[in-house]
Amino acid sequence: MSRATLTSRPLPSLSRARYSLGPWARVAGLAVCALLTLGPVVWTVSTSLRAPADSFNLPPQIIPARPGTAAYHGVFDQIDVWLLALNSTLVTALVAAGQMITAGLAGYAFARLDFRFRKPLFGLVLATMMVPLQVTIVPVFLVLKSMGLTDTLLGLIIPAFPTAFGTFLMRQYFLGMPKDLGEAAMLDGAGPWRIFRSVYAPLATPGLAIVGVLAFNYHWNEFFRPLILETSGQNYTLPLGLVSLQGNLGTGSVSVVLAGVVLSMLPAVAVFVVGQRPLREGITSAGVNR
Amino acid sequence: MTDTRIPAVRPRAATPPVTAPRRSARGRGARLLAALFLAPTVTGIVVFTVVPIIGSVVLSLFHWDVIDPPGFAGAANYREVFTDSTVLVSFRNTLVFMVFAVAAQLLVALSLALTLNGRMPGWLRSVFRSAFFFPLVLSAASISVVMKYLFNQDFGVVNWLIGLVGIAPVPWLTSELGAMATVIIVYVWQQFGFSFLLFVGGLNNIPREIHEAAALDGATGLRKHLALTLPLLSPTLLVASVVGIINALQVFEQPYVLTDGGPGDSTRTVVMVIYEKAFEQLRFGEASAVGVLLFVLIMAVTAVQFRLSRRFVHYQ
Repeated sequence: MSRATLTSRPLPSLSRARYSLGPWARVAGLAVCALLTLGPVVWTVSTSLRAPADSFNLPPQIIPARPGTAAYHGVFDQIDVWLLALNSTLVTALVAAGQMITAGLAGYAFARLDFRFRKPLFGLVLATMMVPLQVTIVPVFLVLKSMGLTDTLLGLIIPAFPTAFGTFLMRQYFLGMPKDLGEAAMLDGAGPWRIFRSVYAPLATPGLAIVGVLAFNYHWNEFFRPLILETSGQNYTLPLGLVSLQGNLGTGSVSVVLAGVVLSMLPAVAVFVVGQRPLREGITSAGVNR
Repeated sequence: MTDTRIPAVRPRAATPPVTAPRRSARGRGARLLAALFLAPTVTGIVVFTVVPIIGSVVLSLFHWDVIDPPGFAGAANYREVFTDSTVLVSFRNTLVFMVFAVAAQLLVALSLALTLNGRMPGWLRSVFRSAFFFPLVLSAASISVVMKYLFNQDFGVVNWLIGLVGIAPVPWLTSELGAMATVIIVYVWQQFGFSFLLFVGGLNNIPREIHEAAALDGATGLRKHLALTLPLLSPTLLVASVVGIINALQVFEQPYVLTDGGPGDSTRTVVMVIYEKAFEQLRFGEASAVGVLLFVLIMAVTAVQFRLSRRFVHYQ
């Protein structure tokens, strides 16, 4: 964008030559990279729509010669897709909703309420962002075992409710809102709860959307915790089911596995299309909100 | 997708204290409300992060297989772990993986972000941007399943493609070097979009006047980037590399699905060892010891980075 103003100035002849070639080379280079990035996904979709016998055809047919949905029927025959999808949906939806609530409330408290130990408590929350999940997984597993929550979906859901990053994000979000709004309401006699409920909470929707979309994206694809916590097939989520589909498929067809991958991708792609903006903002905010 | 636990973000200086009168009914109301609002997050973090960290350290000092009651082990688990060749190899693999994966991820992301920053129609720019960050929304586990087919030595698309330019088939998943390279490629393919988005955001924050002034002085192309853009982008580079390294040290799904740590132990990573020791061999004490070591490693690497950054990072 900034180049637009540059090019209106007279440029030295040498760089003029570069400019006439530059844009095309640049776009071509980017296009090749975009192809490499999307290629595996395109291959996955097209192979899943091919007749199983054509899975390994080389060169790969991007447009299937004999298209069919046999592979998709195969997925439904071999694993209980509906159950896996239901499990994944339950976990993801409840975690996203839970994180929006906990992060919204805690973020507001850190941003707009005055209380003792506000700074050290916020420091504690931030510090936990540094702790890798795998370092705490054994004790977390034992805590959940003592609560009888291993091999249940609740065991996946409840520990995921608190979100340090979401809390940080919502605190920044509330800090960005004008303070006068709350002060005006206070002069009108509104208490702290009224101020939150009627003034600030309604403005927080876009921030909460970021927290929700990030939570969806992370937990829909989550693999490590389900792998450890869920031991019986009826509690598997989609990623676990897919890997097991590939595992017991020494003889079967690739296209069935890939059809499963495509099915599990669909909701993530839908969120990518609908929620691209909050998703991008959420990811970028890590680097820019300094 | 990318991990949402993102460190290295420094909070803005705390806001000036709220001016509500102290000790009034209103101040008490606010404190009560704060306690209620914070309860879920703080309780959750204490139960599921703070206590487990302490638990990990304590557990690493005990022998425990769940069946028999735990017995105090002192430093025995650590001695065991330090003489276990699988553990040592897993740390070496993870460090090798981290160096190459993070370097590749940053290089790819930075070149693409700089290239995308050039002159082109807006719709094209957003098409490219969407393409580059699309892999982030996919599951690392299922993408690894897909890649396992693509990198197959005999019938994979990758060997067919490089065959077109006359390169002999590479034993991607069945040789030690090839397996590590594949794990790195698959990881970078999925993760570079994260650093890419950070860089795009960082580039947008560089004031336009600086570019204009540089152009007037005749700075163009690579020289302009080296002398001007990179120093201005250095805070973003710091965040991208800190987050990149922390995530890379925790790599699990890709080697677990692609190679299961093989051939031999050549792609076994630290997190795979934690998983195997705890949940396959029921050696919770040793698993915790490895976990504590990983935590120390992550902290040390991050601390070194921040130390170095004082010299290389320029804040505007």
